[in-house]
Amino acid sequence: MIAEITRIRHKYLRHDKKFPHVWCPGCGIGIVLGSLIRAIDGLGLAKNDLVLASGIGCSGRLPAYVDFNTLHTTHGRALTFSTGIKLANPSLNVLTVMGDGDATAIGGNHFIHAARRNLNLTAIIINNQIYGMTGGQYSPTTPYGSNSTTSPYGHIEHAFSIADLAVTSGASYVARGTVYHVPALDKLISRGIEKEGFSVIEIMTNCHTQYGRRNEMSDPVTMMKWFKDHAVTTTRAKKMSPEELKGKFSIGVLTDIDKPSYTEEYQKIRDRAKGREVKS
Amino acid sequence: MTPEEETVRNSSSTEVQDEYWEKKLEMEKKGKKLFKQQIFLDWCKGCGICVAFCPRKVYEMDEMGSPVIVRPDDCIGCRFCELHCPDFAITIIKRYPDRRRRKSDGS
Repeated sequence: MIAEITRIRHKYLRHDKKFPHVWCPGCGIGIVLGSLIRAIDGLGLAKNDLVLASGIGCSGRLPAYVDFNTLHTTHGRALTFSTGIKLANPSLNVLTVMGDGDATAIGGNHFIHAARRNLNLTAIIINNQIYGMTGGQYSPTTPYGSNSTTSPYGHIEHAFSIADLAVTSGASYVARGTVYHVPALDKLISRGIEKEGFSVIEIMTNCHTQYGRRNEMSDPVTMMKWFKDHAVTTTRAKKMSPEELKGKFSIGVLTDIDKPSYTEEYQKIRDRAKGREVKS
Repeated sequence: MTPEEETVRNSSSTEVQDEYWEKKLEMEKKGKKLFKQQIFLDWCKGCGICVAFCPRKVYEMDEMGSPVIVRPDDCIGCRFCELHCPDFAITIIKRYPDRRRRKSDGS
């Protein structure tokens, strides 16, 4: 008898692809993939109603391993491709998987404008705090003072928070999770897919090969313990003082608001143009 | 071969039915649930997450760097390893599931 979790997982994985996957031993993207599969199965979505788009980077390999409609796009432009898919066929559930460099550095403009438009998309941003695939250069989310290939004496720039950027840009649902808190992550992702409007799920992932190795966390276990120690739930973070919160990050749902999505409004315009609705 | 096929093949074991029920009832009396761990070593990369985070230290690393099940009876079935394995290599199942029928039931 196969356990439930394993059964769900193998329903969606493509075994004709080369397994084990290409990611490093202990890479958090594998955990995110498992979480994504469980969230989709929990919602009972059909394989044909789903599109999974990705950009370039380690996370770009993720759609290759799952049996949905998948798309591997150019660097930073995963969200623009998703916009096209969603507008062409609004009945599809479009998920976009991006890395931190993909979403906030190269595709930063696309990201804030997709959030502003409030397109009915789900953006899953895998934040490993570094450009992992290209050799460990610092990215916009590399923390202040940490070492990387291009900042060997410590990083002098300050990191910016993807989730806070999404909140101010106008996304309807913003959440943050880590690869250590997996059952919570499943719930965050499934809520994000369900939500009407632009939903962003930022996932803190370990990149021990490029980030951890240069910052005294050279194995996945140390990095996951770091996430365990530094993650604070949003409810607990409200009770804590700014001094206590220094160096920590909050996990959970950061914003959840209802406002009309782009696809909804666009459908109204189409109906009006076709004369289905009387002008008021 | 996929892990799914592998586990299907392994599960058709040659356990004697009566022995199975004897053990199952004995465990039920004790109020203890036993779990079976399966590691699909073809997909395992030996990252060490299962070894480090298991609350009952069920796994240990061997000299080659791959996990070995050393204390299978201590497993409490929390499924931390199954959820956190990045390579989908671990499966936790109940050791005495209820699906089997007793021989003496006749059906």
